[in-house]
Amino acid sequence: MVKTVLKTEGLTKHYGGIQALVDADFEVKEGEHVAIVGDNGAGKSTFVRQITGVEQRTAGRIWFDGNEVTFAGPLDAREAGMECVFQNLALADDLDVPANLFLGREKILLNLGPFSILDRRGMRKATEDGLKATGVRIPRLDYAIRRMSGGQRQGVAIARSATFASKMIIMDEPTAALGVQETAQVENIIRTLKARGIALVLISHNLRQVFDLVDRIVVFRRGHIVANLRKDETDGNDIVAYITGVKTQNVAAALM
Amino acid sequence: MAELAINPGRAAAPQRRRNWPMELNALLGLVAIALIFEIAGWMVRGDSFLFNWSRLSIMILQVSVIGIIAVGVTQVIITGGIDLSSGSIVGATAIIAMSFAQMGTRNGQDFTDAVFWNQGWVDLPVFMPIIVGLFLGLLAGLINGAVIAYTKIPPFIATLGMMVTARGVAKWWTEGQAVSNPTADFAAIGAGMMPVIIFAGIAILFQLVLTYTLYGRHTYAIGSNAAAARMAGINVERHLVTVYAIAGMLSAVAGLVAGSRALTAQAGMGVMYELDAIAMAVIGGVSLIGGRGSIIGTFIGMLIFGVIISGFTFLRVDAYYQEMIKGFIIVAAVVADIYRQKRRGIVD
Ligand SMILES: Nc1ncnc2c1ncn2[C@@H]1O[C@H](COP(=O)(O)OP(=O)(O)O)[C@@H](O)[C@H]1O
Ligand SMILES: [Mg+2]
Repeated sequence: MVKTVLKTEGLTKHYGGIQALVDADFEVKEGEHVAIVGDNGAGKSTFVRQITGVEQRTAGRIWFDGNEVTFAGPLDAREAGMECVFQNLALADDLDVPANLFLGREKILLNLGPFSILDRRGMRKATEDGLKATGVRIPRLDYAIRRMSGGQRQGVAIARSATFASKMIIMDEPTAALGVQETAQVENIIRTLKARGIALVLISHNLRQVFDLVDRIVVFRRGHIVANLRKDETDGNDIVAYITGVKTQNVAAALM
Repeated sequence: MAELAINPGRAAAPQRRRNWPMELNALLGLVAIALIFEIAGWMVRGDSFLFNWSRLSIMILQVSVIGIIAVGVTQVIITGGIDLSSGSIVGATAIIAMSFAQMGTRNGQDFTDAVFWNQGWVDLPVFMPIIVGLFLGLLAGLINGAVIAYTKIPPFIATLGMMVTARGVAKWWTEGQAVSNPTADFAAIGAGMMPVIIFAGIAILFQLVLTYTLYGRHTYAIGSNAAAARMAGINVERHLVTVYAIAGMLSAVAGLVAGSRALTAQAGMGVMYELDAIAMAVIGGVSLIGGRGSIIGTFIGMLIFGVIISGFTFLRVDAYYQEMIKGFIIVAAVVADIYRQKRRGIVD
């Protein structure tokens, strides 16, 4: 039997009176690529923030890699092997590529506490390797991130996650701001993750991309999971019907 | 599918120009300004401005004390903050440290004016005033940093509060009286070219620290994108406290040097030093919105400052005009910084 990497039960998040996420039961198997789709405001990013520990959930339980977890922050999640490419990228624009890749987990040459000497050469080398492994092409590693195109920046953010993720990566709309060519690049990077057996949760509005890349599609609508479908048992029209609320699998949501 | 329609997205950033460091612009500015004074010198005074060792050494001595402050201020500005308390910390540390550095005799007679005469704390070893001074600077910096990091009061306001408070402490300490008659050891701290040597040591140290250590990397990261730094697991609050503490300590060093050099400490010492230090940094390419700049840049900014002051003195420009021109240069540097950021699309 294939092991489960991530599982949530009854995951719920309220922002004051807003029920952004309600009773989400969700599961990802080892090496499985799952898409989350849904309209703007459906609660997709909220879901990501709860499982990565960026925010603390209102209710529900989370298991990761066999253990029940309560991540105090994204650092905990990272240490457990779960990486996330957030919607707002979270890059330091004035730093170069290796500095961003290793931000917060710098390689150290000599440990002097906060004044530890950086292993700049080691980080550069590891960055080159990491970019190669993920198929991210960046012409100049020593340029500040600010000087790069949207695709290159996204490449750096993804390479950062891919370099350190051992179990699972979450990407929140990684191609939303990209052009056709850059989108294709990011999709290729995602394929290398599949080949490396790393599980993926991909949030995307691009149904063509979703059907190209993932094994399973989960539909969010108004904070509820309304459908959970294998790729081969559905199609684009079907998914759109779930997204817009024409169709629903979820009885609780249907009664709303 | 709609997504497949031609969508130019964000065009690839043109790989224009190599990285053109701001420091180089500042250096070109320095050369240009020095040349202008050289030419003006020959025209107005019939003499060389640059090729005069004593003038150059006086020039660098004049700006070294503020240069020490600017090294700390640079780091604060790189985090996206500002420190307005430096000058007041100079005043407070100079007068308080000096009161632990007084001799018990003057001209062979008991010096009963010594602040701690009654306690018998005179002729103390020089490490006493140094430790007292550094501790005060550290304390002021820690308070600055803690207030800014943990209460989210803007750095401008928090350090403005410290500016007023520390100046108040300086005046309260001796109720406005000057403190003089320091021991020979204490007087040696700021004697001769010592301010320049101390500045050089501190500047080189922190240039290396900013470039090669974790502390430096995180300082730039926080100024560049504090949210991203936090997301990456950097303890932003603790780091800010460290940065402001270092800035406070460096202001204290400047206070010790200035007090020692003057042989008399007054509550008014260091007034407006913070603005000169900020100006040196900004002229040297340290961006006020954070994330960019270096000690090398600030050093060049400091030289520009020195050249301008000594150049105007050399040309016998009245001191009032000098002040006005200095103010104009500060504003021009800030405007240039904003214009630069605008062009790079960072602010609008
Ligand atoms: N920090 C917040 N405070 C209040 N409401 C929020 C917050 N974050 C998200 N929401 C609300 O929760 C809902 C889900 O948002 P989000 O998860 O960002 O949707 P999606 O990523 O699917 O577009 C929206 O109604 C949004 O306005
Ligand atoms: Mg979202």
